[in-house]
Amino acid sequence: MRSCKEISELLSQAQERPLGRAERWSVQLHLFLCKGCSNFRAQVNFLRAAVRRYRDGGGAH
Amino acid sequence: MLGGLGDQDLLQYRPYLLRYALLQLRNQDLAEDVVQETLLAALEGRARFSGNSSPKTWLTGILKHKIIDVIRRKSREQPLAAGEDGDESETVDTLFKGDGHWQQMPARWGNPEQALENRKFWEIFELCSRLMPERTARVFMLREVMEFTTEEICQELAITPTTLWVILHRARLSLRECLEIKWFGGTRK
Repeated sequence: MRSCKEISELLSQAQERPLGRAERWSVQLHLFLCKGCSNFRAQVNFLRAAVRRYRDGGGAH
Repeated sequence: MLGGLGDQDLLQYRPYLLRYALLQLRNQDLAEDVVQETLLAALEGRARFSGNSSPKTWLTGILKHKIIDVIRRKSREQPLAAGEDGDESETVDTLFKGDGHWQQMPARWGNPEQALENRKFWEIFELCSRLMPERTARVFMLREVMEFTTEEICQELAITPTTLWVILHRARLSLRECLEIKWFGGTRK
């Protein structure tokens, strides 16, 4: 099974390119068992949304 | 609205343009310069504004070109060689144990969307983006703010996709760690 280090890299890369079949499979399996990486995945999505929200004035003050 | 773009119509976008430029360039003077140039170009060229897109989209397009010019000039004057910020893959390594487990597992952030409504959160967000090392931030913002593709960034900065992905990964790890410590840490379970 791939390590958290490898899985987090793939989760980050999933923002840039479609993952291959085998990659998707190892990510799914890992996330099923690993809370830390599941949290990381949610956070990576959140970061993208937050940067764009900030850029577009959502954080204006 | 043919020919209907007045000075005020354009100038109202100044705060938006400045925030955009500042995120990418991280330098107040440079950011104000590119915004000034953008608005001047827009005022001079508003006859060419077709009305097919919104004024905001049109202005953003001009601004992106001005920003890219600055980045090109900066890269020529002081190239950001790999290793300038420390080797990205080494920095990533320090966040994991030898066997590839997290040193510090990412915590559950609860309902982070709530933070987006909080003015204080955005102050922390600004702080954390500024704490990112120069090259990491430049690449991350090209991707997330300017929304360039992998191919475009690799071509612009003459790096490989693998290098790009490591830098982006490092940026995300660093930003999430900072936000977790300074903001979401309170909800750590």
